[in-house]
Amino acid sequence: MGRRMFIQSSTLAGGGLVLGFNWLASCKREPEVVGLQMPGEWYEMNAYLKIGDNGVVTIMSPNPEIGQNVKTSMPMIVAEELDVDWGNVIVEQAPLKTDAFTWQVAGGSRSIANGWEPLRMAGATARQMLKEAAAKAWQVPVGEITASEGVLSHESSGKSAGYGEMASAAAKIPVPEEVTLKEPKDYKIIGTSRRNVDGKKIVTGQPLYGLDYRQEGMLIAMPVHAPAFGMKLKSFDATDAKAMPGIKDVFAINLYNENFPRGGFDHSVFDEIIIVLGNTTWEVMQAKKALKIEWEKADDVAVDMQFFGNPMTLKHPAGLESTQVHKEQMNLLNSKPGKLVRKDGNPEAAFRNAAKVIERTYSCPFLAHNTMEPMNFFANVTADKAELVGPIQTPEWTEPAAAARLGLPLEKVDIMMTRMGGGFGRRLYGHFVVEAAAISQQVGAPVKLVYTREDDMSQGTYRPAYLATYRAALDKDNKLTAFHVRAGGIPESPLFANRFPAGAIDNYLAEDWTIDSNITTGAFRAPRSNFIAGAEQSFLDEVAEAMGKDPIELRLELLDRAMKDPVGEGNDYEADRYAGVLKLVKEKSGWGQEQGNVHRGVSAYFCHDSYVAQVLDLVMDNEKPVVERVCCAIDCGIVINPDAATNLAEGGIVDGIGHAMYSQLTFKDGVVEQQNFDKYRLIRHSEAPRNIDVHFVDNEIAPTGLGEPPFPPVMGALANAMYKATGTRYYDQPFISPQQKRVIG
Amino acid sequence: MASFNLNINGKEMQVDVDPSTPMLWVLREHLSLVGTKYGCGIAQCGACTVHLNGTAVRSCQLPVSSVGEQEITTIEGLSGNGDHPVQKAWLEVDVPQCGYCQAGQIMNAAAFLKSNPNPSDAEIDSAMNGNICRCGTYVRIKKAIKIAAETAGS
Repeated sequence: MGRRMFIQSSTLAGGGLVLGFNWLASCKREPEVVGLQMPGEWYEMNAYLKIGDNGVVTIMSPNPEIGQNVKTSMPMIVAEELDVDWGNVIVEQAPLKTDAFTWQVAGGSRSIANGWEPLRMAGATARQMLKEAAAKAWQVPVGEITASEGVLSHESSGKSAGYGEMASAAAKIPVPEEVTLKEPKDYKIIGTSRRNVDGKKIVTGQPLYGLDYRQEGMLIAMPVHAPAFGMKLKSFDATDAKAMPGIKDVFAINLYNENFPRGGFDHSVFDEIIIVLGNTTWEVMQAKKALKIEWEKADDVAVDMQFFGNPMTLKHPAGLESTQVHKEQMNLLNSKPGKLVRKDGNPEAAFRNAAKVIERTYSCPFLAHNTMEPMNFFANVTADKAELVGPIQTPEWTEPAAAARLGLPLEKVDIMMTRMGGGFGRRLYGHFVVEAAAISQQVGAPVKLVYTREDDMSQGTYRPAYLATYRAALDKDNKLTAFHVRAGGIPESPLFANRFPAGAIDNYLAEDWTIDSNITTGAFRAPRSNFIAGAEQSFLDEVAEAMGKDPIELRLELLDRAMKDPVGEGNDYEADRYAGVLKLVKEKSGWGQEQGNVHRGVSAYFCHDSYVAQVLDLVMDNEKPVVERVCCAIDCGIVINPDAATNLAEGGIVDGIGHAMYSQLTFKDGVVEQQNFDKYRLIRHSEAPRNIDVHFVDNEIAPTGLGEPPFPPVMGALANAMYKATGTRYYDQPFISPQQKRVIG
Repeated sequence: MASFNLNINGKEMQVDVDPSTPMLWVLREHLSLVGTKYGCGIAQCGACTVHLNGTAVRSCQLPVSSVGEQEITTIEGLSGNGDHPVQKAWLEVDVPQCGYCQAGQIMNAAAFLKSNPNPSDAEIDSAMNGNICRCGTYVRIKKAIKIAAETAGS
């Protein structure tokens, strides 16, 4: 590794600072929990780490933790470069501090990728400062000092000291502008499996989550939003509700006010909500039922917003929408030419001259994220400041929105991150943070806003509904001559026109379309990929079958073309790495050696800069499909924490099978037809694969995404295996509707 | 409002609440035992699982008035120091992702293993099917339950 610059932040100045803790007690990994002695004094080396006088090290995990395990893996990277024994490390959730940390967001599978450089630099600069302190103390050249596993040594004089002994002096050393980072071959922590730093707290039920957070005098606020998309509040009578025990107030509040510069990640179509405020959740839940509310139809809504500096208008047409009508609208639009997004060669002529054209249409429904911990947030807003605590994937985007809504300067608003009971993209959208803040400001008390499961599932911010038609042209020799995709959705298109197989086929056409809706949507684990991967990979399976080719061989031939002689411009994948995971999964799954009753499907996809290939083995048990095994090959560059990475990939696979097979959200006259887990089907224990084996490509490429990439392709592998098992192709998700099969218990 | 004397995790505790209040909210908001989680409120997700006289029940469906002198055990009281065989197995397998559902999973698994110390895979599936894990840690949960069964049996 070359020498790297470390951007010095304001927090790095004035070394030797002895710090007090002001962080959430629930977010700490206390020394006693990990069997460590508390030091007498802490010395801050930089925003990421401080060293105790006894050598114990505290490393701050900068990013929000949603279950992707960054609270363990990000500090591991710092510890690697600091070169300290992991057993001497205490991990804490860092505060939101955008001048000190890089990209404090859990989204786009970017935490490790974006943190890779600054996390290593934080550890390496501190190690260098310790070395310089030792060199000064021992009056020897700094180049002769070595630092390893928390010990500084000088070989020729035989002198050595623990980091703790040098920490006080090291913290006063100016931060080096350049340091040398380790070579991957020298890693001692990166690439080794380390357990979840919150594991013990999780299995003993300690407070960790936003919903667990409380402060003295805190009130519970629960929202009531319109019962249907396309409706809004007309009037309400809260006389009875206010008279109920424990109820403090009932009022309507708007999320938005004139100051509010909407930025896309704070949007809710239910601007005006009724808030019931009381002492306890149960009392507030009862009072909600006693409200008498009149709703009326909403008008067309057009929302102007600044989306990362780009003006954007979100349109919510008036009306009460239904799934049946959505399907008709989508099929109609998909039957006409869409907006041209990419064209290579002459696809029209290739299709005209084709000996055979294969055309298939795929669809998927809206989905709710359904994080197990429903939306909630704590807010304590006083005249001059706001303290906000809870589960949010985008604290650094949400804080400015809250400040604007409250009319407070940004520096007077603090968001503290709790561990999250799931994210999946839902908690990128911080409208509930702003709501909690506005409520606390209005009532002048600390408040925790809590959504019920029903509030959460019927609020919006869903995975969009999508539809795609694929066409392939084969010539008389059964050669693939053209490829066409037309895709769209409500309200966005799932198309990635520059992804495979673009670049691998001479004649290629990609078009798309969109339909506006008043049902709000948002990023759902691997947005757009979470549909288009399964559709594309199912279609390729059918094309391979029509060509009489092995499905892995067809993909490898196409990738070989893309590698040697790519078609067109802007292909956004590396064909050799793509082929690499296919070859690895072929080997590890024993492709071609399957037993008689095992039905196999393969799939591969690239998203979030990572490559994943999967082979899914299915057996039929009394006409019920059982996933016997999923074999998964992943190229995401350097893997920080292999067992945790495997866990995340396993989860993505279970999640993908579950949503493709069972889940859907449908609408009738604007009303969500599934508002809790009695009607909304999520995958259950008995439906999970019996075995999952995950294999990582071993390379020294800087780490890329992992939270999302294993999720989309498995839907294609499942559909392809289902076809082998049943003789039927599965085009429309969920493959098994809740009406058909209910496999609980 | 009424006063109730409860036996929770081997301790006498008193609360003054509406008799209809589910134990889930009594535990979380009146007794500061927040390990028991709210997930659905209709006994469909299992996040709120506690033991009532050693049997796994959904605390969201258990009104405080129905409890009487029966023993309630929550995740906080499952063991002295997080060293119940099921908790140890969970740590060994490093099961959790977000972790939110895991207290309910552990409580359900612990009660299940007491009644069936050597379960088959199918019996584990059937016993655990009422507990949703949105992160999809089902494969690890099954592995941990098997380890716990072995440890407890040895």
